[in-house]
Amino acid sequence: MLLRPTDTREPLVATIAGIPMTTWRLTALGIGLVVLAVIPFVMKNFYIFQITLAIIYAIAILGLNLLTGFNGQFSLGHSAFYAVGAYTAAIMMDRCDIGYVWTLPAAAIVCFVFGFLFGLPALRLEGVYLALATFALAIAIPQMLKSSLVEHWTGGVQGITIIKPDAPFGLPLNSDQWLYAFTVIVAVAMYVCAGNLVRSRTGRALIAIRDHPIAASAMGIDVALYKSLTFGVSALYTGVAGALGAIAISFVAPDSFTFTLAVALFVGLVVGGVGSIPGTLVGGFFVLFVPNIAESVSKGLAGAVYGVILLLVIYLMPTGAAGLVRLISSRLVQQGRTGG
Amino acid sequence: MELFAHQILAGLATGGIYACMALAVVMIYQAIDHLNFAQGEMAMFSTFIAWQLIQWGFPYWVAFGATIVISFAAGVVIERVVLRPVHDAPVLSHVVAFIALLAILNSAAGFIWDYTIKSFPSPFGGGAFLGQGLMSKHDAGMIGMTLAMLVLLYLFFRHTRIGLAMRAAAANPESARLAGIRVGWMTALGWGMAAAIGSVAGMLIAPVVFLEPNMMLSILLYGFAGAVVGGLTSPGGAVVGGFSVGIIENLAGTYIPVVGREMKLSIALCIIIAVLCVKPSGLFGRPVVTRV
Amino acid sequence: MSRLLEARGLCAFYGATQVLFGLDLSIGEGGITTLLGANGAGKTTTLRSLSGMCRISGDIVFESKPTVGLSTEDIVRRGIAHVPQGRGTFSRQTVEENLEIGAMTRRDRKAIAIDVERVYGYFPRLKERHRQQAGTLSGGEQQMLAVGRAMMLRPKLMLLDEPSFGLAPLIVEELFGILRTLNRTEKVSMLLVEQNAALALDLADDAYLIETGRLVTTGPARQLRDDENIRRSYLGY
Repeated sequence: MLLRPTDTREPLVATIAGIPMTTWRLTALGIGLVVLAVIPFVMKNFYIFQITLAIIYAIAILGLNLLTGFNGQFSLGHSAFYAVGAYTAAIMMDRCDIGYVWTLPAAAIVCFVFGFLFGLPALRLEGVYLALATFALAIAIPQMLKSSLVEHWTGGVQGITIIKPDAPFGLPLNSDQWLYAFTVIVAVAMYVCAGNLVRSRTGRALIAIRDHPIAASAMGIDVALYKSLTFGVSALYTGVAGALGAIAISFVAPDSFTFTLAVALFVGLVVGGVGSIPGTLVGGFFVLFVPNIAESVSKGLAGAVYGVILLLVIYLMPTGAAGLVRLISSRLVQQGRTGG
Repeated sequence: MELFAHQILAGLATGGIYACMALAVVMIYQAIDHLNFAQGEMAMFSTFIAWQLIQWGFPYWVAFGATIVISFAAGVVIERVVLRPVHDAPVLSHVVAFIALLAILNSAAGFIWDYTIKSFPSPFGGGAFLGQGLMSKHDAGMIGMTLAMLVLLYLFFRHTRIGLAMRAAAANPESARLAGIRVGWMTALGWGMAAAIGSVAGMLIAPVVFLEPNMMLSILLYGFAGAVVGGLTSPGGAVVGGFSVGIIENLAGTYIPVVGREMKLSIALCIIIAVLCVKPSGLFGRPVVTRV
Repeated sequence: MSRLLEARGLCAFYGATQVLFGLDLSIGEGGITTLLGANGAGKTTTLRSLSGMCRISGDIVFESKPTVGLSTEDIVRRGIAHVPQGRGTFSRQTVEENLEIGAMTRRDRKAIAIDVERVYGYFPRLKERHRQQAGTLSGGEQQMLAVGRAMMLRPKLMLLDEPSFGLAPLIVEELFGILRTLNRTEKVSMLLVEQNAALALDLADDAYLIETGRLVTTGPARQLRDDENIRRSYLGY
């Protein structure tokens, strides 16, 4: 599911990051950028913080999307990579006194290796079995983080508290505003990279592996290598998101990274649209805000309300938000064609 | 050596729980071709219903039977009503629907019956089985009932027409339709049966782990693990898998020093993954060979 | 004289793509009709439309009762058996179980048992392998099993989608001979889709020829067989 060259016969105005742009899309992008820029100045700190988190989740979901959406490997364990990224950042900042900016590339490397190593044995597992193995990973990681063996580094059950960074160079922004800006910068960079990756030869290889692994290998694609690399890259993305999350929340503890998070990321993936990069933003916002909405509707039945909302969303958009957009736009195109 | 034997038996006892759950998981998998993550919550909810019936004064076996029937009906209704709209959606959307179901059931159970731990009676009585504290009467009864269900299921699938129709519908829905089989209803029937089996599992497990809304999650995971180790296409394998998982978990907890109580789950799961790496379709599963 | 199956203005769609454009079919009782055409002409789609397996518009009337809007299972229960492309074998079940599955809509146990024996009578090789997993049978045997499974329905009309596909010529001859016998003896009308035109025209009484979803011509099989132009342009021989 790549962003298709449009068939609306609208003139292509430009090509940004490899995406063919029509006037429509350019306007949407423009509005989006303006909104993004304005947010930190018009909203209260708490909301800025929430939006920052939503974007962080979106990045995490993007990582999952690369693996599951574009490469067809079913993962229910991405909370593990998120946790590793978060703890990498926390340990570096608290125990080693390293600046927060450096934690991102560190988390990226650590998670890439971790993901790649997990991807190797996972090569033998398909579908449901892989889902189970990743789910097991998601369950195991919080337990391992609590273990007394590594308590000295991980802080055991209590976790680690870190100091929220201030805006650099004396910019007139408070912590929340700066973190928002920082996150947006990182997010834009990562999304552009993801877009390029997906549209490149490598991206096509990934998609080929997803759709028909045997044909892909018959065409000379080294399926095993690509699948493991994809695991690594996917873990990298989610790990960086985890690091950002740790910095934003200023705290990491094993119980923040249970399978509930893994399930939430998965739900965000599907709701946004499997195989859609812009969809991950929808997913991120859904994951952050909908549980809160559910709780505000009914404290006692929060879970049930969330479940009902989720069912309704899936009924109305079985292929996610991206799928709905595609459906609507193709209907509009058809109407345009038949001169209706 | 005696410790070893003791751990094996204790593992068999807990394994009985996992085997029961694994059986329900495999049942549903055979009917619908994916894992139902809400299986545990359905079982938990059924057990609460049984508990409520007992609170209202019904004798144990009446409550037991009624719960099975109610669970069966609920399973059919869930498939026909809740899952109908996602029928044609991709697999991942189905999984999200299961997750939604899980959330609803868990939350509803907590809301209706609150989160305090309740005790659930055992029909087998307290006390040891065969003396010497190797296994309790309940554990033995649980294992016995699981095996009995297995036998019944085997007879049902191999020797009844409707069992054959269900197998056909799951194996090749299009061809089954062309034979006039109402595939939708067969799937619903599969759900009903899985819900019923799940309810039995819940009612057998509750006396041991005590009844509360979050009781089933780790058990479901062990059930999945058992089903996968045994091979998702084999009910007998699921039962063996479930027992194996119980034994492995116990042995790992006892003999591997690094493993404290918190790590038992992780170790067990790691071992399961190891099994899968060696035998990707489980110990007894038949690898499905598809022609290119 | 009313016909067994009539389709009028049949249009079929896969999603937004239209594949059949107003096809008219009329199948009489008792005979074998063949539907011919090149790859992609819409032959399989026609059969699938008759079995309620794709989105259609138009009318389909079977034994004077409309079938549009019915589910596949209900159409089958009306007496139309469909032997699909690729045989549709239940690979993990045994040969005998496959036949029992074919009879799933019937209740007359004794008659079912008799019919199983009857099928074995036509296809002795199936009897030899009756406890074998159907997926392990050869292509020809699976095709015979598929026909046998359809027969278990005691259908009035049998739709066959490229039964000769992938089979050795000798097996195809044997199979088609059995089809002829089934038609004459068991009085099962047949609609046969085939790419192998020569074989089909030899077997059939009537023929339809379609191209890209539209009817080109129809008539007695003999007529199409003897028409040089049609044979050269459409049937490749």
